[in-house]
Amino acid sequence: MNIKDVVRIKLPIGEELAIQKNRIVGNAPGSKRICIITGTHGDELEGQYVAWSLARALRARLDDLHGIVDIYPSLNPLGISTIERGLPGFDLDMNRIFPGSNEFSANEYVAGKIVEDVSGADLAIDIHASNIFLREIPQIRINEKTADTLVPMAMNLNMDFIWIHSAATVLESTLAWSLNSTGTPCLVVEMGVGMRISKEYGDRLTTGIMTTMAKMGMLDGPVMPVFPPIISTDGHVDYINANQSGIFMPETAHGSIVEKGQVVGVVADPLTGHVREKLVSPLSGLLFTLREYPVVYSGSLIARGLGGA
Amino acid sequence: MEKKRIFSFSAFPYRQKITVDGFYFGDFGEKTVAVMGSTRGDEYQQMLTASLLVKRLKKLEAEGAIPAGIGILVIPTASQFSMNVGKRFFPVDNTDINRMFPGYDKGETTQRLADGLFKALKDYKYGIHLASFYLHGNFVSHVRAMNTGYQDNSLAADFGFPYCIIRKPQPIDTTTLNYNWQVFETTAFSVYSGYTNMVDMEAAAGTVDAILHFMVKRGCLRPTEGLPEEPAEKTVILPDSALTKIITNDAGLFFPQVELGEKVKAGQVIGKILDPFTAEEVEQIRASCDGTIFFICTDIAISQHTAAFGIIGNS
Repeated sequence: MNIKDVVRIKLPIGEELAIQKNRIVGNAPGSKRICIITGTHGDELEGQYVAWSLARALRARLDDLHGIVDIYPSLNPLGISTIERGLPGFDLDMNRIFPGSNEFSANEYVAGKIVEDVSGADLAIDIHASNIFLREIPQIRINEKTADTLVPMAMNLNMDFIWIHSAATVLESTLAWSLNSTGTPCLVVEMGVGMRISKEYGDRLTTGIMTTMAKMGMLDGPVMPVFPPIISTDGHVDYINANQSGIFMPETAHGSIVEKGQVVGVVADPLTGHVREKLVSPLSGLLFTLREYPVVYSGSLIARGLGGA
Repeated sequence: MEKKRIFSFSAFPYRQKITVDGFYFGDFGEKTVAVMGSTRGDEYQQMLTASLLVKRLKKLEAEGAIPAGIGILVIPTASQFSMNVGKRFFPVDNTDINRMFPGYDKGETTQRLADGLFKALKDYKYGIHLASFYLHGNFVSHVRAMNTGYQDNSLAADFGFPYCIIRKPQPIDTTTLNYNWQVFETTAFSVYSGYTNMVDMEAAAGTVDAILHFMVKRGCLRPTEGLPEEPAEKTVILPDSALTKIITNDAGLFFPQVELGEKVKAGQVIGKILDPFTAEEVEQIRASCDGTIFFICTDIAISQHTAAFGIIGNS
């Protein structure tokens, strides 16, 4: 067991905030390093399973391991322990304060120490789990500006889908951007839904990480076969947003293939018993995101589809 | 004055329709000055300031103080959805309307809210946002502008505040109202009147005077009896890097020993931190330079590595 502090600070009332990692060291520890990071948002728990299962799997294969695996199970321990997405008592989303700063708040100081610790790795994988509102199929999100470098690295992660999304300046304050822009490749995984663990997705990602490590020369011996993902450049992504408020009732399964014009679900009005809005798919294709939390307002995201793939 | 609906938001079936209204003064066809009050649910001071401005402008308009060809819009609040349930951000998903500009009419809920607001607020010559800061603390009243390359810093002096801080925009700033106003060619300022989550009538009235002073200097109001006099001090325009932050080395109960605006000397004790269990002093916080106390953290209990004070140095 090699648990290390990434950063530790004093909280006001007799407690410390510690960001910790599990360092698993194989043969030739100076050769390569991979970082598995999760828990930036306190309501995203899918990565907890991956951190746990990967540590168990690697411990059983230490003789096959080359280099270093750093597992960071919780970048936001106070959020996880208080069932809060953000940093408790702080205005900004933790994934909007990177690369951090030593000038304002304890949270920005912590963010800076995390970037410092991960920097220089051969690969970082930042695992997210959507939020409590939306369920996602296992996917990797890549900024178009870094696609040439990152797409080849993402092909063996055993995910269903790689979404190459357009660049937005505000995303330059994410952990992934901070790492990628300073030469540490970082892949962002999104899968499942907030406040839940989808074991099947976690098992697939654990397998994918080990296969990726094998391809990087960090793991000897057999690895499970993985399936190549669909890449969003093969088709186009479209959104369905509610235009009425009410209670969303799905009529289509998450991850299913839908036809253009097919009803994905309705916005119901339990007070009157009426349907306030029928939401139809704008495309024929894969429904890779679907609303999980039923209460919706005008604008609430209901689904995302990949058409033409 | 004309009160007009900016947009309405359906929160049925369990909450009633929520409306956002604007108050238009002067020439309704002209877009000269837009003032945005609260966008967050704890910005009561900002809403109060905007509502006092509505009251003053109503009187000034009746007195003929608004010249022809000048149009003024004041939106006191767009955050009643949050205020009525005691939340700082949009209560459903905890998103911040002031991180959603310029908005998107086909996007998520707060993007749509921001879009509705921005459609009403854009294309004005001058934009003034009554803002609050992301850290817990109070400031000396001041005006801020973003260094986007579009803004005219010299106009900030027309408010008559002692300080104007020019902020170098960070990626997260690019979705604020101030930044997007400037991108769309409005000369924009954020006014920080000191407080959030409380109201101070005197401070709000002082901020209203500053906004009216700006309007007079910019030719949007005729000098009229009752309008603020020229302030004695000139505005000092500084980059945000000129603010020296005093960071805590320890944690515990925080007791500032100075007031906002107080002059301090390097080495002077300006605050202390007590052990929460024994009341022993664990840290004396000292000024690192001669200057003026500009920011004081309002956390009763403070963490290590936190900005407890901001000082504007004499140099």
